[in-house]
Amino acid sequence: MGRKLLLEKAHVENIRLYDVYRQQGGYRSVEKALKSMSPDQVTEEVKKSGLRGRGGAGFPTGMKWSFLAKPEGVPRYLVVNADESEPGTFKDRYLMEFIPHLLIEGMITASFALGSNTSFIYIRGEYAWIVDILEQAIAEAKHNGWLGKNILGSGFDCEIYVQRGAGAYICGEETALIESLEGKRGNPRIKPPFPAVKGLWDCPTVVNNVETIAAVVPIINEGGEEYAKIGVGKSTGTKLISACGNLNKPGVYEIDMTISVEEFIYSDEYCGGIPNGKKLKACIPGGSSVPILPANLLLKTAKGETRYMNYESLADGGFATGSMMGSGGFIVMDDTQCVVKHTYTLARFYRHESCGQCSPCREGTGWMEKILLNLENGKGKMSDIDLLWDIQRKIEGNTICPLGDAAAWPVAAAIRHFRDEFEWHVTNPEDALRRNYGIGHYADPIHVPVG
Amino acid sequence: MNEVQGIISRYPQGKQKSALIPVLHIAQQEFGGWLSTETMDYVASVLQLKPIEVYEVATFYSMFNLKPVGRYMFEVCQTGPCMLNGSDEIVKYIYDTLGIKPGETTADGLFTLKTVECLGACGYAPMMQQGKHYREHLTREKIDSIIAECRNAAAASN
Ligand SMILES: Cc1cc2nc3c(=O)[nH]c(=O)nc-3n(C[C@H](O)[C@H](O)[C@H](O)COP(=O)(O)O)c2cc1C
Ligand code: SF4
Repeated sequence: MGRKLLLEKAHVENIRLYDVYRQQGGYRSVEKALKSMSPDQVTEEVKKSGLRGRGGAGFPTGMKWSFLAKPEGVPRYLVVNADESEPGTFKDRYLMEFIPHLLIEGMITASFALGSNTSFIYIRGEYAWIVDILEQAIAEAKHNGWLGKNILGSGFDCEIYVQRGAGAYICGEETALIESLEGKRGNPRIKPPFPAVKGLWDCPTVVNNVETIAAVVPIINEGGEEYAKIGVGKSTGTKLISACGNLNKPGVYEIDMTISVEEFIYSDEYCGGIPNGKKLKACIPGGSSVPILPANLLLKTAKGETRYMNYESLADGGFATGSMMGSGGFIVMDDTQCVVKHTYTLARFYRHESCGQCSPCREGTGWMEKILLNLENGKGKMSDIDLLWDIQRKIEGNTICPLGDAAAWPVAAAIRHFRDEFEWHVTNPEDALRRNYGIGHYADPIHVPVG
Repeated sequence: MNEVQGIISRYPQGKQKSALIPVLHIAQQEFGGWLSTETMDYVASVLQLKPIEVYEVATFYSMFNLKPVGRYMFEVCQTGPCMLNGSDEIVKYIYDTLGIKPGETTADGLFTLKTVECLGACGYAPMMQQGKHYREHLTREKIDSIIAECRNAAAASN
């Protein structure tokens, strides 16, 4: 049984309410930070913890905080990224819905470290009911003296506001998020300047994911070094994984990053295996943008070593035979699913979400969608597969923001590992329309549940 | 109006443009679930913005409806993880039951069907958004009961 730092108390009855949360030890990190630490000491603990951004890129959080420019007389801002729109990812929602005070507590401590007197939660517009939950938690925190002026007599002032988006995946990209928060279209900015220098209203800004900020609470409570003892290598602490697709027990799991992929999929403590006696065919382990892996490469690396649920192991083999931890959105496909169709839905998603500023992304995502739809419907040609490959290569690396790459990678990986399935759609057009290509040789040879 | 002033006060002096998206949400809710040009112009005047600043934002975000919609919107997710769990069949079942394709509204103005991209409910697929809430683990029976629920609510409020 792995350690839980974030969700340990998530199912205590009424933990959403301040009184219960406080009784369970809530807001200790704010007390500790504001009464006995300097802002720099808080940042130092976060550095020691080895915490890496949980929004997808895995950038070290303490380092990001220390890059924040601090010119005299200019306000600084903390913005929490709760846009959560990467297909397969629904962990931040879980955290905010069940244990909202954990995010508020983490935000107060982080705001203190960064010197942010007004901090924002930018939440995707569709999570409308969670806005109410968060605003309730903020009101309770304020009522109990954790927000407002001169918190705990420390001289530190802080307010937190929730800002709703309105349906745009691209607003999860930090500079697009800032544009959106300024009341504009979510067009990503060209970097540099980075938000740490010129962010919200041109002021120095830190954008962090919900889970990242929540993790600040156990880090301050237990100390950065203690936190860093959990996990392995540069994958310290715990990570929320949102598991979905064809699984017996989809849901949000907090793992310490030492368990194997096999254990995560098959053990009853986690996903409980593949339903209806089917086999594992493939998996996208870190949100829709990261490369898909066939079962054999998912459970073992190309070198035949066990693959683990952490940043390094999931990336082992690079894009040729590995994938990425990404946002922790774990999408599992059983052996009756069609990789071409699934890739098509992702291509459609990225076409829909492209902001349209860069031609390779705007045009390329549209072409990929059309070609994939043709292939899926049995109307494709063999040369379409090479054309798809060319298009994705021309998008990757040629755009303002990483959405272009995010759209290219899933297509590239699908062709890399499942080319015969694409070809089958061309050579068997009628079957392609009628049924899916689920063939045995990708499927997981190990279908006996472990432990 | 008080609500709008409250939102504007969150931002620094002169940055009231930041209130645009929250205010458009309020406007859409108040004015029948969609944003007409008149509504957008009104929002522009309230926030002291040029109308084009409002149009360019309203057209960017998928939650803003620029055409009238039915009283109840079924926004069915169709992205990868929902597809793996049968979202196609859900869309088809709604079509078979209500006779509307994605983007269409029933003749009585009660229901609009819309297909949307990932709503962050992948583990509870298939799902749709209906008003402020998510309806998850959808089945045919669940769709039937949601439709009945909406019809009853509409009848009760008429
Ligand atoms: C297209 C795109 C979408 C993104 N969506 C999200 C998101 O929904 N949530 C998130 O936290 N980060 C998202 N990110 C990453 C953010 O740009 C940023 O790296 C992150 O919020 C930083 O926080 P962290 O360091 O705590 O992970 C996205 C990035 C891109 C390029
Ligand atoms: S890569 Fe795509 S989403 Fe990103 S800025 Fe360019 S067009 Fe917009």
